[in-house]
Amino acid sequence: MMKSTQQLEQQLKRHSKAAKLEIWGKVVSFSALILIVAVVVGIIGFVASKGLATFFTNHVSLWDFLSGKSWNPGVTDANGKPEVGALPMIMGSFLITVLSAIVATPFAIGTAVFMNEISPNKGAKILQPVTELLVGIPSVVYGFIGLSVVVPATRAIFGGSGFGILSGTCVLFVMILPTVTSMSVDALRAVPRYYREASLALGATQWQTIYKVVLRAATPGLMTAVVFGMARAFGEALAVQMVIGNAALMPGSLVDPSSTLTSVLTTGIGNTVMGSLQNNALWSLALVLLLMSLVFNLIVRLIGRKGRLQ
Amino acid sequence: MMNPKTQNKVAIGTLYGVAGLVVLILLALLGYILVSGLPQLSWHFLTAPAKAFLKGGGVGVQLYNSFYLLILAMLISFPIALGAAIYLYEYAKDNWVTTTIRTAIEILSSLPSVVVGLFGFLFFVVKLRLGFSILSGAFALTFFNLPLLTRSIEDSLRTIDTTQREGGLALGLSRWEAVTRVILPAAVPSILTGVILSAGRVFGEAAALIYTAGQSAPALDFTDWNPFNISSPLNPMRPAETLAVHIWKINSEGIMPDAKAISSGSSAVLVLAILLFNFAARYLGKRLYKRLTSA
Amino acid sequence: MFLSNDVQGNTEMLERHIVQPADAEHPTILSTEDLHVYYGKKEAISEGDLRFASNQITALIGPSGSGKSTFLRSLNRMNDRIATVTGRIMYRGVDINQPSIDVYEMRRRVGMVFQRPNPFAKSIYDNIAFALRLRGTTDKHELDEIVETSLKQAALWNQVKDDLNKSALALSGGQAQRLCIARAIAVKPDILLLDEPASALDPVSTSQLEDTLLELKQNYSIIIVTHNMQQAGRISEYTAFFNQGRVLEYDTTSHIFTNPQVQITSDYVSGNFG
Ligand SMILES: Nc1ncnc2c1ncn2[C@@H]1O[C@H](COP(=O)(O)OP(=O)(O)O)[C@@H](O)[C@H]1O
Ligand SMILES: [Mg+2]
Repeated sequence: MMKSTQQLEQQLKRHSKAAKLEIWGKVVSFSALILIVAVVVGIIGFVASKGLATFFTNHVSLWDFLSGKSWNPGVTDANGKPEVGALPMIMGSFLITVLSAIVATPFAIGTAVFMNEISPNKGAKILQPVTELLVGIPSVVYGFIGLSVVVPATRAIFGGSGFGILSGTCVLFVMILPTVTSMSVDALRAVPRYYREASLALGATQWQTIYKVVLRAATPGLMTAVVFGMARAFGEALAVQMVIGNAALMPGSLVDPSSTLTSVLTTGIGNTVMGSLQNNALWSLALVLLLMSLVFNLIVRLIGRKGRLQ
Repeated sequence: MMNPKTQNKVAIGTLYGVAGLVVLILLALLGYILVSGLPQLSWHFLTAPAKAFLKGGGVGVQLYNSFYLLILAMLISFPIALGAAIYLYEYAKDNWVTTTIRTAIEILSSLPSVVVGLFGFLFFVVKLRLGFSILSGAFALTFFNLPLLTRSIEDSLRTIDTTQREGGLALGLSRWEAVTRVILPAAVPSILTGVILSAGRVFGEAAALIYTAGQSAPALDFTDWNPFNISSPLNPMRPAETLAVHIWKINSEGIMPDAKAISSGSSAVLVLAILLFNFAARYLGKRLYKRLTSA
Repeated sequence: MFLSNDVQGNTEMLERHIVQPADAEHPTILSTEDLHVYYGKKEAISEGDLRFASNQITALIGPSGSGKSTFLRSLNRMNDRIATVTGRIMYRGVDINQPSIDVYEMRRRVGMVFQRPNPFAKSIYDNIAFALRLRGTTDKHELDEIVETSLKQAALWNQVKDDLNKSALALSGGQAQRLCIARAIAVKPDILLLDEPASALDPVSTSQLEDTLLELKQNYSIIIVTHNMQQAGRISEYTAFFNQGRVLEYDTTSHIFTNPQVQITSDYVSGNFG
């Protein structure tokens, strides 16, 4: 009797194959996860170290970089300082982001409301695939269409070259529209049914219900959607670069050739020598881009937290 | 002020208009791409190499490069994403470490792809001396792809009822076995859909590639399958302009006389390929699911 | 063994009445000692010390939320990582609630069937053969044989013997639950834990399931949670009544149903509860 108990205990305490597999699986899957984290840390670390070299190695002042209006890293100005004013590109990036978000938001939210509140049937059958397809179109294709349709149209209407912030805005508007739309749909979907039913039962019209109840309840989610769209617009490189004209000048008007952080980066990095000031200055632009991407992330988090508190 | 009833009608009418406009935009886009692009498509266009200063080149090499890069990137990123997703699904405790890791993944997914490409340039092309090569490009695409693929696989795993997992555990399976042998097979249809959709994204990506896989497409000898030869299609160390990069390149350089026609054709190929990926994702996902559940 | 708090006249109801099984033919196979289960700070099981007789069916009854599932899931440590379980769970003299126990090996001896049928998204055959293959049974004939006997024991063989390669997800609820039983007994456990296995089934399937359990009793020790009083009455030798995380009454099923000693039990089994 005692013997069999001991035997059983031994059997039950033996490290089984399953237990070994368990440890193995945990280690393997955790390594994969850590690899991804290492990539993130690596990207931020590398870009930061390169981007900061402008300030620490080349002793450019941060203020000159952020507020200077002329970008010509190969040239030194009257005071013997290199011309690394990034303001034109920073302005360009912000302008184009804000403008495209302003245009896209009403369309995106309108479409989302249509899909979720007015005609869920048509929404699921037509608009859902439409937004999914729009998301799927590659950005170079948007850029190419911008180049062959939007730029000539702008030229015909406003004169000039047609390249500039306006064309960029048009292209980005279409590019971020599906992203903002589908996230807005998610936000609206998260509003409980009984909100609508309660409002309709009180005699409100459908529009009043949408406007006063649904949209209000979904506000944090809708804001998140718009911020996501802006992050996408801010980071978009090739489509914008193809239609903006790539002149590193302060944007005089919406139809003058201008530039963004991404457009200068894509055209510039290949034409500079690693380690040179010209090259480091471009990495500083990349760093600004990266920091802005972190800021957008933070904003999304803050909105999420506030939304939860309510 | 309008009375609420009229207001309601006007508002809903406007919403119909807005939704209609969005549909119109897509139709116009697709219409433009297909109408201007389809006439360019021919066997010659799809297989011939490009010509720099002359008319009549094709996109054969670029098309091949796009697929080769796609497959390599998927081969590298899928196992990593799968492992990470399994950890997050099964093992990750609800604590600050997990939150930090999830934040890191979210940051990676929201980084502009040009930043990912620049990092790839710095690290693989310059530091590791891989040069402008398929390998550098595949790694850059992997980084670009990892966060979304990880999330999509994790979501797929979460769609499977947890009672399945418990059923496995109750049979004496380890958690690792329960996930990989019970949950994972059941999630295959939905994982497959996610993988194909992410393949579409990778296929059309250009910004991450221009400084990693490079902007030139040396001629390939399709009879030479020794990966160590420079003209071999399999050589992972050669520069490899993809179709998406090609569109960007010929439009920003403007030295190709028929750049517009070539771009139209390439755009059509790109969009058709992505449409195909989309349909394949849906179709295969549904079919596999049926196979799994049908009697 | 007689552990009741107190022996009083039958007119006055007891607060608690525990009679552990004492039948030499059916020695104790599993018992809990000083068992407490906590979800976070909340104590879900505070008094749940029971002995289970081998090759018998023991029913756990009680109102919803009384801790039956919590108790049952603690027995093969399915609550690891979900709840904190303190105390001893003695299985044939070995405390299986120690950290050094290999839970995977232990669960092969203490199997479980759940409330909702949960066949895997695999063929009927693979549902059963799967766990065996993972532990090294690869011989086709051996697997075939185990699949057949398990399905026969679960009274499912005749209905599915021609469809073994079809997906298990296509089975009806009752068939799926019997497949889950077949799957559980294929790894040859000692004890079978069932958590309201019939609650998702129609009356016909339920009665077939009960017949199956009565058959299985010869080879397995069965502990079953049920909210169905008649079911407990039909199939079990012993019944434990749970309320608010405590076992208030434990005795032979016939005693519990014909002569309950605790007021709440009496109310519950006669259906005037709550
Ligand atoms: N995973 C869990 N986390 C926290 N509390 C739980 C969990 N599962 C059950 N409980 C709580 O424990 C108590 C007992 O539940 P349970 O064992 O499911 O009861 P029964 O099976 O008798 O209906 C209930 O109050 C329930 O809310
Ligand atoms: Mg229960």
